[in-house]
Amino acid sequence: MIDVSGLRKVYRDRGREVVAIDGVDLHVREGEIFGVLGQSGAGKSTLLRCVNLLERPTAGTVSVAGQELTRLGESDLRRARQRIGMIHQHFALLSSRTVAGNVAFPLEVMGVEKAERARRVAELLELVGLADKAGTHPAQLSGGQKQRVGIARALAGNPSVLLSDEATSALDPGTTQSILALLKRLNRELGLTILLITHEMNVIKSICDSAAIMRDGLIEESGAIPELIAKPGSRLTAELFPLPAPEPGTVTITFTGQADEPVVSQMVRKFDVDVNILGGVLEEVAGVSAGRLRLRLTGAERAAALTYLSERGLLVEEAPAAERAGASGISVTSQVEEIA
Amino acid sequence: MTWDEMAPLLVESTLQTAQMILLSTLFTVLIGLPLGVALVVTDRGGLFPSPTLNRVLGVIVNIGRSLPFIVLMIAVIPLTRLIVGTTIGTIASVVPLTLGAAPFFARLVETALREVGRDKVQAAQAMGASRTTIVNKVLLPEAMAGLVAGLTVTVVALISYSAMAGAIGGGGLGDLAIRYGYQRFETTLMVITVIVLIAIVQLVQTLGDVVARRLARH
Ligand SMILES: Nc1ncnc2c1ncn2[C@@H]1O[C@H](COP(=O)(O)OP(=O)(O)OP(=O)(O)O)[C@@H](O)[C@H]1O
Ligand SMILES: [Mg+2]
Repeated sequence: MIDVSGLRKVYRDRGREVVAIDGVDLHVREGEIFGVLGQSGAGKSTLLRCVNLLERPTAGTVSVAGQELTRLGESDLRRARQRIGMIHQHFALLSSRTVAGNVAFPLEVMGVEKAERARRVAELLELVGLADKAGTHPAQLSGGQKQRVGIARALAGNPSVLLSDEATSALDPGTTQSILALLKRLNRELGLTILLITHEMNVIKSICDSAAIMRDGLIEESGAIPELIAKPGSRLTAELFPLPAPEPGTVTITFTGQADEPVVSQMVRKFDVDVNILGGVLEEVAGVSAGRLRLRLTGAERAAALTYLSERGLLVEEAPAAERAGASGISVTSQVEEIA
Repeated sequence: MTWDEMAPLLVESTLQTAQMILLSTLFTVLIGLPLGVALVVTDRGGLFPSPTLNRVLGVIVNIGRSLPFIVLMIAVIPLTRLIVGTTIGTIASVVPLTLGAAPFFARLVETALREVGRDKVQAAQAMGASRTTIVNKVLLPEAMAGLVAGLTVTVVALISYSAMAGAIGGGGLGDLAIRYGYQRFETTLMVITVIVLIAIVQLVQTLGDVVARRLARH
């Protein structure tokens, strides 16, 4: 639904060049919620603003819903943007207009006639649960209500795609959850594809199907969340299930979906090993329960036990023992890269 | 002077002043508002970026603002004659008044428009709004409270300019104060003139404040 390839964006700021995006490919499938994570300054907002060409890419192409936006002239681009909704961290509502007036604005831009406009506005406010606030000015609304207006406004043009730049960052946790639930509902009921930027892990956990992690203008990893979790050394996994840096000789196992099976206890029964659980995190992510366990395994059949775990579909990562690093001889071993 | 002698003079002069201010306010808005908008939209990163035009407009506005009104008034006499056909009278004084106030108002318009958050402009761009739509439906309405406050300050300045314009034959309350109060020592008339001027300024300021406050409440 959204295809970005070879994207570069270089800002010229008083003769100095700032490379905000340094060659990014991004593919967002129809009907999915795709989250982009990354530290401040990583280039997330720039990436998002390149998707609807608020920012002209220095190089690369951007296509949305099969239309290559980077080829369009100004008036075609304006028409294409009417089908791409956008919501903003600080809502960006017009304070001179009422709630209904704000939602009507994109319809005015599209040239929808007055009676039809009023009908659509009522429908959209109903959809976001603000039918009773039509005549209110944004200043009289709570943050969550303002974002609902923002969402209603973004949906006015029946977009196939919604872009969201930190839409819940200015909200308290409870309100954040209700906005996320609304986005999820719109995603399901309208088949809306959502590309969102966030720095909150919680947003990724609760509603995203896929994710990408950005750093210094590059995408470090990206893909469907269950697949990312199952990948060795995944930064996303480390951020989703934070565990302290592994001590030498410990084993970290990551599981997605197998949480219901008593794999560890079966392993202990089958092999001559002792297990000491050092830490663990279990969460519902992208609709599946997934988690990580930090274990210390000792015993004669340690190697066989680890092989057994990886055969059962768990990701097994072993921190090298301090004295004989690299000499463990276990093929499934890979170093865990922890992110502070 | 008796009250009966003073009353018609006061009424006539007040009406002249009102006419001067209304007309020059009208032209000040007609020139200053587009000029202020142009200063904002032609700036780097604006909707119609054009650094050269922006610099030229900036210089013009600064020249207009740096001339003391009394100097400007005399300097534009040839222009006034060209436009109005005469340099004496209420209508003629509208030319220097407008030229003095328009650059001043343009700067206030510029300030008010810059207060409008960039994210609102970007939200409108993301909706596919054209640049003129953004000026008309985002920038100007969102800045309305600031524009009204700026206009109020400008009208008050115009009232004081108009009194000066009276000195070179513009008519109005300033002219009255000079002819009777200064040259003929009619202290009573002078005092009444001052009171009327103060009342007009108060009226304009209060009205402007009320409107601006109502707009800003949203
Ligand atoms: N208009 C601009 N001019 C110059 N440099 C810019 C501009 N916009 C962004 N940058 C630079 O590009 C880089 C990426 O910025 P961007 O806003 O995309 O980061 P971000 O990941 O969204 O950060 P945050 O989480 O703080 O919002 C930063 O180094 C920033 O300073
Ligand atoms: Mg950002």
